[in-house]
Amino acid sequence: MDYQFHWRPVIQALPDLLKASLVTLQVSLIAMALGLMIGLVLYFFRASQLRVLRGFGSTWVEIARNTPSLFQIFVFYWGLGEFGIFLSSYTAVVAALTFNCAGYMAETYRGGFNAVNPGQDKAARTLGMTRFQSMRYVVLPQVLRAIYGPMTNQFTWVILASSLGMLAGLRELSGETQYFNSRTFRTFEFFAATAVIYYLIAKMALLLMALLGRPLFKAERAKS
Amino acid sequence: MIVLENLHKSFGPLEVLKGINLTVDKGEVVSLIGASGSGKSTLLYCINALETIDGGKVTVDGVDVHAKGTDINKLRQKLGTVFQQWNSFPHLTALENVALAPRVVSKFSRKDAQEIAAKQLTHVGLGDKLNHYPSQLSGGQQQRLAIARALAMEPTYMLFDEATSALDPELVGEVLDIMRMLASEGMTMIVVTHEMSFARDVSDRVAFFKKGVLAEIGAPEDVMNNPQDPDLQRFLSTIG
Ligand SMILES: Nc1ncnc2c1ncn2[C@@H]1O[C@H](COP(=O)(O)OP(=O)(O)O)[C@@H](O)[C@H]1O
Ligand SMILES: [Mg+2]
Repeated sequence: MDYQFHWRPVIQALPDLLKASLVTLQVSLIAMALGLMIGLVLYFFRASQLRVLRGFGSTWVEIARNTPSLFQIFVFYWGLGEFGIFLSSYTAVVAALTFNCAGYMAETYRGGFNAVNPGQDKAARTLGMTRFQSMRYVVLPQVLRAIYGPMTNQFTWVILASSLGMLAGLRELSGETQYFNSRTFRTFEFFAATAVIYYLIAKMALLLMALLGRPLFKAERAKS
Repeated sequence: MIVLENLHKSFGPLEVLKGINLTVDKGEVVSLIGASGSGKSTLLYCINALETIDGGKVTVDGVDVHAKGTDINKLRQKLGTVFQQWNSFPHLTALENVALAPRVVSKFSRKDAQEIAAKQLTHVGLGDKLNHYPSQLSGGQQQRLAIARALAMEPTYMLFDEATSALDPELVGEVLDIMRMLASEGMTMIVVTHEMSFARDVSDRVAFFKKGVLAEIGAPEDVMNNPQDPDLQRFLSTIG
């Protein structure tokens, strides 16, 4: 079987693919940022004395971690229609990925908080710090260091998982690729090019996280 | 002045403090000795409200520590606490460790807070370690850092809970020296310790704890050289 490679359609589509990459990046960044914040709230819910909050937090985490991401996207895109809520592809995908990231991060935070010696908070409180100040200046910075690795993985994951958004009609990188594929039938070329773009985006994300993390790890670097 | 009146504290069914009465005057150094599990740490934590109490009263300079309206964060600034574990903040340099509370609690500017921190670190002999991280310091240095961190809040009282027990033997001396220095400067101190020579040399009074009761208290020469309580006699002979 001979298959003639034709890269010209890909090259012509490149500007559109790169524009779609920005959608991918944007969706992932928003979902990750919101997921980090909501995940922290969920962690506190699950650690709360109040049964309602604990139940809410645990249900969220359970569903987010134990159902397919694709299913989660479909629920936000089509499922909510049952309740008269109609989200655009973009909003539905961002919401679903946020839901997912928040669930995973809540669990990651738990590990992070467990890694901080309770003596740290005790010492801060005896200095006259409020609960919040101790959290803000003493505990959370250490939690952030503990979860930085898993958090970076989560970011990479959400970039790649955002490709599922095409199945809810989002023209992110994969959706855009599929669009061109269906018009040109250069399937291999398009998906190969897209794979390379994903790879580059993921690498850029790692670099970004490494740079952002530098101030956090000053103490580690000082050791040597 | 710290006053404990008929202080009671239980953990569930376990009664840990069974009616303690103790008054510590300004400038006094009181050492608490006694077997492990006798309630010494719990007593300190009832003074700085890390623990709640079940009966009686604790007042610090006339303020009821456990009363509802008491601003405990304000009160704790008067009560420097040093634990067995030094709990240095690992993500901050020595200077930042000490400057943090003056900055966020006492609302000093960053620069003023760092000046205070540098002064206190120098005071405990860490003037050349300002920009070191805790991981670059020995246990003894980290415990001195913890003392400087407490002193930076300009406390009226210092509570020490076995401050040297977790240290390698060769590092105990440098921390005890700092504690001696504070005592000689007139700091009011309550010191839980197993260092009998420190208790003897530095304290104004030594109190012996036995199963939640203050069994014997008095001048060190009386309590330590001429103990009345048979358990205290046994305790002193085992601990050397
Ligand atoms: N948070 C706690 N919950 C339950 N029991 C505790 C707690 N803290 C201390 N205890 C118990 O109270 C007793 C006194 O402890 P502690 O004050 O630490 O003694 P000491 O400092 O004299 O060794 C011990 O039997 C200890 O196990
Ligand atoms: Mg103890």
